[in-house]
Amino acid sequence: MTNFLQQVVSGLASGGIYGSLALALVLIHRSTGVLNFAQGEMATLSAFLCWTLVDHGWSFWPAFGATLVLSFAGGAALHTAVIRPIQGGPLLGIVILTIGLLIAINGLDTWIWGGAAKQFHGPFSTAPITVGGVAFSKQDIGVIVVSLVVVVLVGALFTRTKLGLGLRAAAANPLEARLAGVRVGVMLAVGWGLAAALGAVAGVMAAPSLFLDPNMMQTVLLYAFAASVLGGMDSPVGAVVGGLLLGVLLNLVGTYVHWVGGELRLATALAVILAVLLVRPAGLFGRISVTRA
Amino acid sequence: MPLLELRGLEARYGEIRALHGVTLSVDEGDFVAILGANGAGKTTTLRAISGTVRTSGEVLLDGSRLYRRTPEAMAKRGVAHVPEGRGTFASLSVLDNLRLGGWTRSASGRDLAHVFEEFPRLYERREQQAGTLSGGEQQMLALGRAMMARPRLLLLDEPSLGLAPLVVREIFESLKRMNEHGTTIVVVEQNATLALGAARHAYVLETGRVVIGGAASDLQQNESVRRSYLGY
Repeated sequence: MTNFLQQVVSGLASGGIYGSLALALVLIHRSTGVLNFAQGEMATLSAFLCWTLVDHGWSFWPAFGATLVLSFAGGAALHTAVIRPIQGGPLLGIVILTIGLLIAINGLDTWIWGGAAKQFHGPFSTAPITVGGVAFSKQDIGVIVVSLVVVVLVGALFTRTKLGLGLRAAAANPLEARLAGVRVGVMLAVGWGLAAALGAVAGVMAAPSLFLDPNMMQTVLLYAFAASVLGGMDSPVGAVVGGLLLGVLLNLVGTYVHWVGGELRLATALAVILAVLLVRPAGLFGRISVTRA
Repeated sequence: MPLLELRGLEARYGEIRALHGVTLSVDEGDFVAILGANGAGKTTTLRAISGTVRTSGEVLLDGSRLYRRTPEAMAKRGVAHVPEGRGTFASLSVLDNLRLGGWTRSASGRDLAHVFEEFPRLYERREQQAGTLSGGEQQMLALGRAMMARPRLLLLDEPSLGLAPLVVREIFESLKRMNEHGTTIVVVEQNATLALGAARHAYVLETGRVVIGGAASDLQQNESVRRSYLGY
């Protein structure tokens, strides 16, 4: 039982990271239909930025705040400079471009920071604490809390603010939104900025336990894909719940199904994608938009 | 000085020319109908005004020529365009649709109350996804959204399309009220009897050109309009 609880807690912690990155993927997918393969590398770049600031003597939280702002600006700039000029062209072309970005950012990281793994000291201690026989670290709890706070904030932004209304309108029907006076190009850039900032949260939260190197987020991105398919490609809530569920599921399968172990962890995630697509293609929270003809 | 003037407006979709020099003017406070057969260029004319299709020729608002017309800039200038097929955000709630109508001017609760007074059905369905509304309700929502913008110029494309006669009458009553309250209206309609009954002025388009223009009552008496569009 103790082992079970322990696996659940650490599963939630890694799931929080998958969920944050999945949320970033979903935000871009539902506004532009693009699956952004560079999302993981963008997150790694953000984590490197944060590491550099801390390395220069900043304390963690100001460095984290600055990283979020820089990531937002970088994401918005990336959309304006690279994605927007080819928007309206074939979707596959844009997706392939994001794969190009993945390679480019990965190369940039290696070029600037080198390929060796760096230790990233996060704000939460990784030393284990034991409560009722269950050992977990402050890092685990911190990651879970941060991802939940982020979801609530993003949810409030989308449903309670005028900017959120514009973001949803631009995603739902760009031409109509323009006729209503919404500047869709600006909204999409803001969407990319938000996604980059969310990725930064995922990257910075992941770095203390994964060690920071240019390839850090590559498997995390695959888990985030699985999480967003599980939750529903167009559902922000689904992305986070999907991430948490996936984290727990992978931990439990890894613990109790002995032949899976650590080696088949990624394969298990891919099996989840396959199963969801077969049984419930819209995902747990995805809703097929109802339209009366 | 007219509120809106089009001079020699031309537009094309790829190789196909849709407008061959449309010239017309709309006075402030007017209610103008644009009639014509399918493919005559009625919809394209509205799109040209709201900047959703590229054109050559001149568009003047308040006498000054507008060079770069984008839909969002035109919305800001007080031009609301309700396209054919209702133009609502199907996946958003009725309330969110209405709020978007007020995007350019931060509409208040009073505006919302005014729309609900005009269309009580929308109030009952305010939390529903717009896509689940009936055709008539969606047209009301599209109109309500336009009201939220308090436009100076309202462009409507085929508001009667596919709706029951009773609903059509209700929609046109609302249009007349909006017009009486100062909104200038340009409506494109297949149903010429209906449009000429509501409008003060009308233009007839044929193959991308204005062929007849004048007071709606004169057009109702015009021999060729009667034969071609009114059917008697």
